[in-house]
Amino acid sequence: MTAFVEYLLTGVARGLVFALLAMGFVLIYRVTRVVNFAQGAFAIFGGFITYSLLKAGVPHGVSEVLAIVAAALIGLIFGIIAIGGDVPLLASLVITIGLSILSEAIAMLVWGTIPITYSGLAGHDFVIFGAFIQRQYLIVVIVSLVVFVALLYGFGRTYFGKALSACASNPYAARLSGINVKRMGLIAFTLGGALGGLGGVLVTPLSPITYSGDVSLAITGFAAAIVGGLTSPGLAVVGGLVFGIAEQFVAGYWSPSNETAVALALLIVLLLWQAKRVPVGGLE
Amino acid sequence: MKSTEPAAPSADMSVANDSVLATVDLVVRYGAVVALHGVSIHVAKGEMVALIGPNGAGKSTLLNTLSGINRPASGRILCNGKLAHVPEGRQVFPDLTVEDNLCLGAYRGGSRDTAPMYDLFPQLQRLRNRRAGGLSGGEQQMVAICRALMANPDVIAVDELSQGLAPLVVSDIARHLVELNKQNGTAVLLVEQNAQLALNITSRAYVIENGCIGLEGRSSDLLRNPAVRAAYLGGIR
Repeated sequence: MTAFVEYLLTGVARGLVFALLAMGFVLIYRVTRVVNFAQGAFAIFGGFITYSLLKAGVPHGVSEVLAIVAAALIGLIFGIIAIGGDVPLLASLVITIGLSILSEAIAMLVWGTIPITYSGLAGHDFVIFGAFIQRQYLIVVIVSLVVFVALLYGFGRTYFGKALSACASNPYAARLSGINVKRMGLIAFTLGGALGGLGGVLVTPLSPITYSGDVSLAITGFAAAIVGGLTSPGLAVVGGLVFGIAEQFVAGYWSPSNETAVALALLIVLLLWQAKRVPVGGLE
Repeated sequence: MKSTEPAAPSADMSVANDSVLATVDLVVRYGAVVALHGVSIHVAKGEMVALIGPNGAGKSTLLNTLSGINRPASGRILCNGKLAHVPEGRQVFPDLTVEDNLCLGAYRGGSRDTAPMYDLFPQLQRLRNRRAGGLSGGEQQMVAICRALMANPDVIAVDELSQGLAPLVVSDIARHLVELNKQNGTAVLLVEQNAQLALNITSRAYVIENGCIGLEGRSSDLLRNPAVRAAYLGGIR
């Protein structure tokens, strides 16, 4: 029972981190129709930059916020590179793959190949049903839930959010209505960068990151986003939780080395299920 | 083809003081293909003008250029007021509700109060929280027109009002456009393949063929013009 609770709670926290990455995928895809393969890079930059700032003596809290801002800026720069020119959708997608590879190279040059981590906010572990849970997990849960509520409200209820959705729904009509579709796309990339950065900032104290850690984060985040057909933020959160909990149970009851394989297997099943559910030719 | 109106205004004359919208020698290219060869039209304040012509003549290209989607290679666009464009194929936001579709029409500014639209098309009232993508073609056309009207335009350009719609639906929507024009004084530029409909509800018309204005004149005159009858009103219907 104790182990079960521990796996469940840590799974929820990790799932919410995946959900943050998934939200980044969904946000960027909804507005630009580009699947941003560099989404995982935002997370590792978020983690690495926080690490360097903390090491330089910047206090907790400030370091994390600065790292998220930096990730947002990286998101904006990636957005400008990927969709700034008049390039076809497929080219934008390939550009994001290139940016992902470039990010790994930069991360390796700057931070090396040894996994890094830092301690989360100080505080005691707490006990639920006999399971010791690090305080960082609680922080992950609270911060992500606040962000999700804000995003769901922002996207679904505000005029600006509706204009963002309109860009994805019908870019031509959005332009006719006076919406600057390109600028909206860049805003989506910036927010996607911030979300990825936040995910990295939150997850690094729980599991050390490496320069190549973006791929597994991005794959799991992408798989979570696929649950909602890349367009539903709510279902992406559900997907993230499913993957996070499944990963922890596989790692706990079976073997940690199988968790990525299980995530990939789940992804394939989901893709097949999506392909059956959504008619070829679009998600409309 | 010759103009049916003896005092047909020349390109420069056509940019009269009372026009809300005019083009002068507008040339638009898609790569090497010239889509519009020096098109000059004008729409006066509160006027209803038709632009008729066959498929591929350049009608939608002209509207997209007026809306800033296409960039002209040369020529001038004069807009003395606000233009709103109801695009071909209606182009609603399929994933958004009717209400949100209408609200976004006011994106450039102005009131987001949608109540006047539901007064204009009461059928939309009960659909306001439905996804626009799930509506019938006629309902979508109403949404598209209302979305354009939310911008509070001085001139509304409607591209292929009748496309894919049942004749009764078309005449209902056309009647609303005429009413709107009479009550609010909103000028209308109606682009149509259905020449009969367009010439019946407008006062003046242009015939566009292969990217050139072939004919222009009063709609009632064009309805009687043998060339127009043969090309657009006879065999087709």
